[in-house]
This record gives sequence, structure tokens and C-alpha cells, in this order.
Amino acid sequence: MADAAHDQVGEVRPDRQILSPSDISRVIDRIAHQILEKTRGATDTVLLGIPTRGVPLATRLAERIATFEGLNIPHGALDVTLYRDDLRIRGARALGPTDVPVTGVDGRRVVLVDDVLYSGRTVRAALNALYDLGRPSQVQLAVLVDRGHRQLPIRADYVGKNIPTAASETVSVLLSEHDGVDAVRLSGGAT
Amino acid sequence: MIPHLLSASDLDRDTATLVLDTAHGMASAMTGREVRKLPTLRGRTVVNLFFEDSTRTRVSFEAAAKRLSADVVTFSAKGSSVSKGESLKDTALTLQAMGADAVVVRHSASGAPHRLTGWLNGSVINAGDGTHEHPTQALLDAYTIRQRMGRLDGLRVTIVGDVLHSRVARSNVALLTTFGAEVTLVAPPTLLPVGVSAWPVKVSYDLDSVLPHTDVVMMLRVQRERMGDSFFPSAREYSRRYGLDVNRMGHLPSESIVMHPGPMIRGMEIAADVADSERSVIVDQVTNGVLVRMAVLYLMLSGEKGTMV
Repeated sequence: MADAAHDQVGEVRPDRQILSPSDISRVIDRIAHQILEKTRGATDTVLLGIPTRGVPLATRLAERIATFEGLNIPHGALDVTLYRDDLRIRGARALGPTDVPVTGVDGRRVVLVDDVLYSGRTVRAALNALYDLGRPSQVQLAVLVDRGHRQLPIRADYVGKNIPTAASETVSVLLSEHDGVDAVRLSGGAT
Repeated sequence: MIPHLLSASDLDRDTATLVLDTAHGMASAMTGREVRKLPTLRGRTVVNLFFEDSTRTRVSFEAAAKRLSADVVTFSAKGSSVSKGESLKDTALTLQAMGADAVVVRHSASGAPHRLTGWLNGSVINAGDGTHEHPTQALLDAYTIRQRMGRLDGLRVTIVGDVLHSRVARSNVALLTTFGAEVTLVAPPTLLPVGVSAWPVKVSYDLDSVLPHTDVVMMLRVQRERMGDSFFPSAREYSRRYGLDVNRMGHLPSESIVMHPGPMIRGMEIAADVADSERSVIVDQVTNGVLVRMAVLYLMLSGEKGTMV
């Protein structure tokens, strides 16, 4: 969710499209299959999306899993704003929704879902938020894009696409639920 | 956000909406949790400075700060150096030396929180000053109304009773009109402030004629402790003309709700069976008070010296 902004000043290079709508659809299909494979049928599994764009991704994954296996797995939203480590530096910001399925997380395998994995700090906050909710048996991470530049020892279990980036570049994930269109774009950076 | 919260009129519509939305976020963050605490304000100190008696506001601020993991120091005038004659300024300088990030202040003198802002580096939050303002009460009332009615814009809100002495009424008039609600004040002429004609409200002396056109009725406590002389002939007469009983409640439209900022005097401004009825949201107001105060503390204390994006 760190790179949702796409209002970069000074267009150094034109925006490059990394994933088209059909690419995104195929990537989500693949991750859904990988979750089913790695968790042996996704029993006792809960998908929690990190607002903003992790939430529709979690919903789409749950829909695909229902289509492939006829299995309705609980999914919801976990806002991490109140657990961020940069509130003191960057100030308060609006909270996202938190909606944990009634089944809870105790003893379940939780798959955190986010759009972009970058510094890893959002995932760190999500882990702390998750452990205040209860005690999952296992936590995994699914991301649409891994752009590198980790600042914490965190890796994803399911990655849609690895995109090597410079720190000066911006990855924008657009999803039709929020942005009216599906796309992953890369902008900014030196020529 | 703003550096200090002294008056409900410090909040423009966008900022006030942000506070209510944040309070809603706090509610969703707090439901179904094993650990009923958030780490957001860890290491921050909130001082509750209460020069006037209060239970719900003080406890509510304390609960809000503790749920966000702030350290809370409660200071009440009784049993402190104030009873030995220490001035407000010296008390403030003491707190300043201790390093308070926020000071929540209640004082019987209107304007006391404003004076504190000149002596303290931290944020000052007005928790009620004399007959002036009580902005977090207005925020929790607005949150409760929005929760029940789904909106604030265009709602008809009637505030009944001791408007003259009520900081709750002043803050609510400011905030509700900011949100686009239509406010009507109903009180005996002696309990309306001079200059009320300049407020953005309608005024009536007759409760029965207003109730059928009311979405939200907010009853105020008669503040005997602030009344030097008599403002109405007898409690019984006041209750007959301005108290909300079951019979009067029947004149309200079917969807409308009844509010009271507390503490209420059952049998005086509100009948017991009205306070306990389905339409009463008085208990919700208390619950929401903690959420709204969490939102205010979060928005004011995150970032360097309470500046917000």
C-alpha cells in the first residue's frame, strides 16, 4: 500500500506498464493455486488484506479459490495504520477498515495480502496487529508486486511479480474496485 | 489536525469529518480483539488536569489514552497543591517541566485552556471550561447521531434546557451547524444567553410545538451549581414545561432519538422511562465518547508536536 500514489512530479521517464488487466487476472489465478497447493487445500485458512488495495486482492483470491475448489475461505481486512512505526515522523493519517472474519485467527493459518512489498515495514506492522487479535497457527504473506529494497528480514510466500526498481521509482497498483481499472505501472526514476 | 482543541469551532467540516471517520476506524480496530490495546501512542504522556468534578469525561479520556498505550497522569484539584493556593500558571509550568505531550483540562473558568496554551508546549484539549465549550462532547454527540441516523446534514436537532450555563450546547451548536444540521434551542427565556439571536439557530420557548419537527432531541441538565439566583419558579414547573416525559416523547417522529450528555437528573429534565427507552442513545454516547477521544488523541499526538498531514 506504500506506493499507491501516482502523482509524481517531474516526469523523467514515461510510465511503463508492468502488468495489464489480463496479466493481473492470471497472476491472481496462479497465487490462488499456489495457496491451495502450499496449504494442502487451504483448510483452516483466513485471508486478511491490508488496506487499501490488499483488501480487494484478498477478496479476489478468495473468489478464485471458491471457483477452483468450491471452498469458501474466510477473508477480511486488517488495518495497520495504528501500528506503523512512522506515525511520529509522518503524522497521523486516516484509518482504513478492519474487518476480521467471525471465525477469528486463533489456531488458523493466516495469509496476509498486500499489493506491493517494499521496505517490509507494513508487514511488520501487520504482524504486530495480527498478534493482538489472537494467535494464528501460521502466518504467510502474498503480494502482487515485490519491488525489493527490504529494510527488515521479511519475505513473501507468494509473489505475483518481482519488479527490480530504483528507490526513486514509484510502483502504482491500480485495481478496478478502487481505481476503475486494473494495472501495475512503474513511473519516475532516472533516464 | 489542529495543535490544540479548545473550541468546536476550531474544526472545519473536513477536519471534523476526519475525527468522526477516525473514531469509526477505532471502533473497527477494537472489535473482536484479544488485546484491547493499541500501541500507537506508546511513550507519550497525557495529563488529565481536572479542576472541576467529573466522572465520565475524566474516565473516558483516561480509557482512551490507555487504549492507545499512552501513559496517563491524572491530576485533580482536590488533594493537589492547588488546594494550597498554587496558581494555574505554576501548575502548568510544573506539567511542562514533566514533559506532557497533551494536557486534557477541565476548569470552572471559561478560557482556562486557552491560557494554558501559552504556557505549555504540548497539545491542550479542552474537556470543559466554565460555561464556554466542551468540544469532545460535541464530537461524540455528532458521532452518535451519525451512527444512528446515517447523516448529520439537514437533520433537525433540538437542544432543550439550561442553554445559558451549558458548554455542551455551545459546542454542539458550533459543530452541528458546521455539519449542516438545523439546530433549535428550547428553553425558558431566563436560561437563554444574551445575544443568542446572533447564533445560527432557531429559538423557541415552547417544547411541545417543536417536538413533532425534531429528528434528534438533546436534553441538558439544569446546572444548579452554576446558578446564583433562581431562573425559574420551581423544579416542578420547569419539569412540567421543559422536561421530557413519555407523553412528550410520543410527539416525536417515529425515527427520532433522545440524547443527554450526562449526568442526568431523572425526573427533572428527563423521565426515567424516557432515559431507558428504545429511543435513548445515552449509553451509546458514553461508549462513543471513548472512541472519539481516542481519535482526537491519535490525530493530535501523532507526528512532531501534533502536526498532521
